[in-house]
Amino acid sequence: MAAINRDDVAHLARLAHIEMSAEELDRMAGELAVIVDSVKSVSEAAGDDVPATSHPIPLSNVFREDVVGHTFTAEQALSGAPDSDDNRFKVPAILDEA
Amino acid sequence: MTEQNPTGLRADELIRLSAAQLAEKLAAGEVTSVQATQAYLDRIAQVDGGERGVNAFLHVNAEEALAVAAEVDAIRAAGGAEAEALHVLAGVPIAVKDLIVTIGQPTTAGSKILEGWHSPYDATVVERLRAAKMPILGKTNLDEFAMGSSTEHSAYGPTRNPWDLDRIPGGSGGGSAAAVAAFEAPLALGTDTGGSIRQPGAVTGTVGVKPTYGSISRYGAIAMASSLDQIGPVTRTVLDSALLHQVIGGHDPRDSTSLPEPLADLVAAARTGNVEGLRIGIIKELHGEGYQAGVENRFNDALELLKEAGAEIVEVSCPNFQYALGAYYLIMPSEASSNLAKFDGVRYGLRVLPEDGPMTIERVMGATRAAGFGDEVKRRIILGTYALSAGYYDAYYGSAQKVRTLVQRDFDAAFTVADVLISPTAPTTAFRLGEKLDDPLAMYLNDVATIPANLAGVPGLSLPGGLADEDGLPVGIQLLAPAREDARLYRVGAVLESLLEAKWGGPLLAQAPDLAASAPLETQEAK
Repeated sequence: MAAINRDDVAHLARLAHIEMSAEELDRMAGELAVIVDSVKSVSEAAGDDVPATSHPIPLSNVFREDVVGHTFTAEQALSGAPDSDDNRFKVPAILDEA
Repeated sequence: MTEQNPTGLRADELIRLSAAQLAEKLAAGEVTSVQATQAYLDRIAQVDGGERGVNAFLHVNAEEALAVAAEVDAIRAAGGAEAEALHVLAGVPIAVKDLIVTIGQPTTAGSKILEGWHSPYDATVVERLRAAKMPILGKTNLDEFAMGSSTEHSAYGPTRNPWDLDRIPGGSGGGSAAAVAAFEAPLALGTDTGGSIRQPGAVTGTVGVKPTYGSISRYGAIAMASSLDQIGPVTRTVLDSALLHQVIGGHDPRDSTSLPEPLADLVAAARTGNVEGLRIGIIKELHGEGYQAGVENRFNDALELLKEAGAEIVEVSCPNFQYALGAYYLIMPSEASSNLAKFDGVRYGLRVLPEDGPMTIERVMGATRAAGFGDEVKRRIILGTYALSAGYYDAYYGSAQKVRTLVQRDFDAAFTVADVLISPTAPTTAFRLGEKLDDPLAMYLNDVATIPANLAGVPGLSLPGGLADEDGLPVGIQLLAPAREDARLYRVGAVLESLLEAKWGGPLLAQAPDLAASAPLETQEAK
């Protein structure tokens, strides 16, 4: 398995929407390389015949009654928003075209 | 502090009662809930703040707690059907880990990104505390988004271990464990994803339980790793944990992973009083090499006591546990990276604008998450994003999920020869603040004995096993049972606790240093 390097971390940080300084990228790359190395053995632990477990206690077909329940008012839903306008969340520009 | 109630208990004696003892005195009218709640609020004011304070609380909820206490007292004083119907823990105060959302108090998850945020809804467990009329003393400190084993990753400063203020209280729920250990609360709620209830319990000399996955609703617990997270009790006695577990447990339609069927009577199990004929399995892989000598000694003492009480001690092997830590550090960050994507600077919490350039949503998100998340959270998000990325998914996340199956099979096999499994809760006693902060991997190794239970969904309980010879700090003993058999933990835990306390001549916490004596007077006003 490939080791993780500084370019990988820069790419992953972009995917995860976390701005990182050059110093942070250097440090994070070093730390993550050690962690990734330590978890490598996991990929050799189980053969192809072992099924994956995504959930510790399997439950299936969990439905609720199709009835109207409690919902937030617009005011409640917006109470923690950093910016709102006319009962809606106010989002910065999606495209850089202003 | 010297004001007496009808029983003649001083405030410093009142705060040392177990929740069960306090509940009895409340029901008998010997103490009022307002007296008890005020005694705890005074204790918080005395030992929690200041430079050398415990710093277990991020928010103190005095006004509401006293109002609930007064309501319980009024109902009791009036008598009749309403008084009869009061829950057994009505009027007994509790602290809540700040990962669990509450109306009327801020919820920060220990993160700057949620500073000042107020939830518009209560977690199901909080609704149940309110229904039982338990005064909520406040919100307790934690590693940011519950990511850590020392509470040093909190954006609001570390919590200190009441046994030694220069040491860590464990994590992520160091605040809840320290609050209970420092007699700032009789009960607390924690959350346990890889040991965040049990390891703090171990290093602070308190009891912590990670229940069977799904037996307590996760609705309103800010998710780190949804397939591993579990809310549970943090207390000073095993019986108190059973009592609290029964308040907060049971099916919740708002959590699709909530188990539909109830668990057996946990309080009755804690009162069983014998372990005769029970088979208790030592897990070969979870003691010995890598475990501090003093931890190993207290573990062996516990085995000896259980044997004398009539339990049969057997040895079991769980060979795949060697992969558990690695699998955990792939699954947990993967789920966390996805769960934490919701902190986008739009719907709640912090929004930080980039210093220059275009103000697009992408750049605002990048700046907000850079400023709002701490180092450990960033590390785990990056690691999770890596494990889930195309080309690596099968090798990392996929393999880790297979290991999860192998760990479950190990447990299944072990539980065919043992009714309950036993191990030390953590490989060492509390380390010093700062000691492992620059070495994430060393920090992760602290969870080696607690993680298998989360991967398999089985319940685990940690209780005080005594003090390590070399440093005089608390050691935790962990009990594990098959899924849905939480009652076994309470049965064995309560018996072991009473045998140990008979040996010590009282609770382990009676040997902890007196914090009040060292609290600087000027900080007592501050909090």
